[in-house]
Amino acid sequence: MKFAVIVFPGSNCDLDMYHAVKDELGEEAEYVWHDSKDLSSYDGILLPGGFSYGDYLRCGAIAQFSGVMDEVRKAAEAGKPVLGICNGFQILTEAGLLPGVLLRNKNLKFMCRTVGLKVENNHTLFTNEYEQGQEIQIPIAHGEGNYYCDDETYKHLKENNQIVFTYGDDFNGSRNNIAGIINERGNVLGMMPHPERAVSELIGGKDGLALFRSIVKQWREAHVSHA
Amino acid sequence: MKKVKIYVTLRESVLDPQGSAVMGSLHKMGYGEVEDVRIGKYLELVIGDGERDVDALVNELCHRLLANTVIEDYRYEIEEVVSQ
Repeated sequence: MKFAVIVFPGSNCDLDMYHAVKDELGEEAEYVWHDSKDLSSYDGILLPGGFSYGDYLRCGAIAQFSGVMDEVRKAAEAGKPVLGICNGFQILTEAGLLPGVLLRNKNLKFMCRTVGLKVENNHTLFTNEYEQGQEIQIPIAHGEGNYYCDDETYKHLKENNQIVFTYGDDFNGSRNNIAGIINERGNVLGMMPHPERAVSELIGGKDGLALFRSIVKQWREAHVSHA
Repeated sequence: MKKVKIYVTLRESVLDPQGSAVMGSLHKMGYGEVEDVRIGKYLELVIGDGERDVDALVNELCHRLLANTVIEDYRYEIEEVVSQ
């Protein structure tokens, strides 16, 4: 499986993402610059964390108009897996590929530590290697990770099982402790915690690896007849 | 040529942690009569004369990029700029 790691000006988790896919999973990965006009040769799209365009105006707001985002939309419409982590999640909400928005953490602090997450839905292409309700340890590193959506959107997310991960504690103010959500179709996931920083015991844990394994597993199953 | 002054503010229903922090500080300084603080953004745009209706243009810019209407409201003023 071949992944594109999109690099925006200001991305800083692109190397971690590349490492997770290439070195820990053993799949193909390439860095793709933000003005690329063609993502057709990639099977999965990864939007890394960081501070695209310096987070000027609002986090993710300027990146949504990067040239590559039309291609990301096309990939999402084609049903390819699109994963946005941290700033990548912020970009996906600003681009309208996921509902809601990320606000400043309620205590105004940039928070950087490992937190407990609960897998709320393991019937997704990103979480099939986890158990339903499993508690995992994944690092966070964000100042604007406070997920907000209106009542109607929350009801919709809940009814469609689009809430994929929740935090064990309310530390940033996110609505109902939401840490990650998926689109209705189930192929676009956005989450604030960093699974790509939890792929080896050497760096403190590997609970994030199953997320990447899930994507590959589902893709292999879908493409096995063409292999 | 026109100068457009745009004020982007968090919607009333959205918690403003920056505003709350500043209000807390003002209270500590003894200004207890301050009942609320909301922090927003101020943007100035200079727009050249053209075919497009400026109101329609500004609304479009605000909706597409300058404000996220899920959490923010905006208002604006338009001033005529006399070129030198």
